Amino acid sequence: MKKGTLKQILLITDGCSNKGEDPQATAALAYQQGITVNVIGILEDDQTEEPEGLQEVEEIALAGGGVSQLVYKQALSQTVQMVTKQGMTQTLQGFVNTELKQILGEEHTMEDLDPEKRGEIMEVVEDLGETCDLEVLVLIDTSASMHDKLPTVKEALFDLSISLNSRVGRNRFSIYNFPGKRKDIDKVLDWSPKLDSISSVFPKLTSGGITPTGPAIREAMYQFGKKNLLRSFRHNDEQDIENA
Amino acid sequence: MMNKTSKTHDSLLRPGVTILGKWHQNRYVIIRQLGKGAIGSVYLCDANGKKAALKISDKGASMTMEVNVLKSLAKVQGKSLGPSLLDVDDWVTPQGTTFSFYVMEYIRGTSLQAFIKQNGREWIGVFLLQLLSDLEELHEAGWVFGDLKEENLLVSSSPTKVRWIDVGGTTLIGRAIKEYTEFYDRGYWGLGTRKAEPSYDLFALTMVFLSIFYPNKFTKGKNPQVTLLRRLQDVRALEPYRDCLKKAILGKYLTSTEMKQEISMAIHQEQQKHIKANTTRTNKQQHKPLALEVVGFLLVALGYYLSSLLIP
Ligand SMILES: Nc1ncnc2c1ncn2[C@@H]1O[C@H](COP(=O)(O)OP(=O)(O)O)[C@@H](O)[C@H]1O
Repeated sequence: MKKGTLKQILLITDGCSNKGEDPQATAALAYQQGITVNVIGILEDDQTEEPEGLQEVEEIALAGGGVSQLVYKQALSQTVQMVTKQGMTQTLQGFVNTELKQILGEEHTMEDLDPEKRGEIMEVVEDLGETCDLEVLVLIDTSASMHDKLPTVKEALFDLSISLNSRVGRNRFSIYNFPGKRKDIDKVLDWSPKLDSISSVFPKLTSGGITPTGPAIREAMYQFGKKNLLRSFRHNDEQDIENA
Repeated sequence: MMNKTSKTHDSLLRPGVTILGKWHQNRYVIIRQLGKGAIGSVYLCDANGKKAALKISDKGASMTMEVNVLKSLAKVQGKSLGPSLLDVDDWVTPQGTTFSFYVMEYIRGTSLQAFIKQNGREWIGVFLLQLLSDLEELHEAGWVFGDLKEENLLVSSSPTKVRWIDVGGTTLIGRAIKEYTEFYDRGYWGLGTRKAEPSYDLFALTMVFLSIFYPNKFTKGKNPQVTLLRRLQDVRALEPYRDCLKKAILGKYLTSTEMKQEISMAIHQEQQKHIKANTTRTNKQQHKPLALEVVGFLLVALGYYLSSLLIP
């Protein structure tokens, strides 16, 4: 059975966008093209409530069909891998729900099935999550306030590749930062199966003042290989589930 | 971590509240909360006059995955690995929100740490062997426990036995570990992958026994492996098993059977040492009770081990 490839953008930020188009709109656009947008908002150590600047974190993920989480930098590693995995499960469950609607009618989702059947379907979802190929584009906010968080981000990404490379399916990772020197985003690491090469590339990051989250997501979307982009991959995966 | 949904079911589930299952129509009366985890909350409840543990959550998918694991574990022959599953259903609140829940055997017990503090370090060997026997069975059935940690273990009485409570991390061998806790995770310590293999559990098992002596845990430092081995070296109570635990940390055991054999050998050697010490000191009356006591406990340990072999 040929498995589809899940595509994800993992946005890591600590503040609010302040330049260019609305990040929710570009996230929605990415989602339309079959790319899920997960968002992690890093809290300052002394923040106890949800700060205003991070409110858009949840909204971007919602628009991008993904998962979001606010977190202190100490817990970043576990959160990065949890958000990525939950994002995968959510996307796969989304496909299953679309399938169910086609078979059972518009108002049926997994929650309308009895726990027995739900268990069987979840097994399929888990199987797919373990075996499908995955492309993750990590998009890191490198505006000034992120500076002291970058070493932790680096460690968390290295940790993420340990987790994902323990799966059966194949992975490809790439890292971009925003704002770029001249463009909206700059490439930090080209598509590669592992993230252990990041220790050498990371110190190159430079911090600036503006946060063009919207344009960054738009640009990130085009880094997934232009050929695949128009042929919505969602269609492919539905077929895979039928074959499963 | 901030979690905005945490208030939802917890605010509704006061003692005395009845939960009616949407599909199977069973009733459960909440007695009190037992604990809270990453996925949901666990309550002690009354199920037709019998006590049971009820786990409820708004994370339907994760709950379904846990139920799947409990069902698979029930199929593993032999003794009960993890709590037995009694019911799976949905609860629709008076406000119309739906939560998934499942009901399982209530395991009454104390933490490993409290038990060992109260009853003596002689129990370390017993628990090591018990856990290794259970892991052996689990691994042979094709699974790895994954999120093995002190908080997921309870010592129940008559007979005294370590039980697993949270099976949410249990993963098919060869896949990526589903759920883990950094301190117990060999990936975090730079000592291996997160692929589900028996050696992953054996590493975590060692960390369980280290954590008993370092309740506040410790961080990895500049050189994680050196830190870990030094911390192990510093615990006197673990001395009899130190070589085995070290091998488990370094991933030298490929199966739990191998480790179990070496641990029981270590217990045997310890026993011999004390018998010898005892015979050379026969005229020193004041040492005798202590030595006898130690031998006694080691016999208990060996007895437990042998009975675990005999009783399938
Ligand atoms: N079967 C059970 N019997 C007794 N106590 C339990 C049982 N299951 C869970 N608990 C208690 O509830 C707590 C949280 O449950 P757990 O399943 O670990 O949650 P999570 O998987 O979400 O982390 C546990 O630490 C334990 O104290």
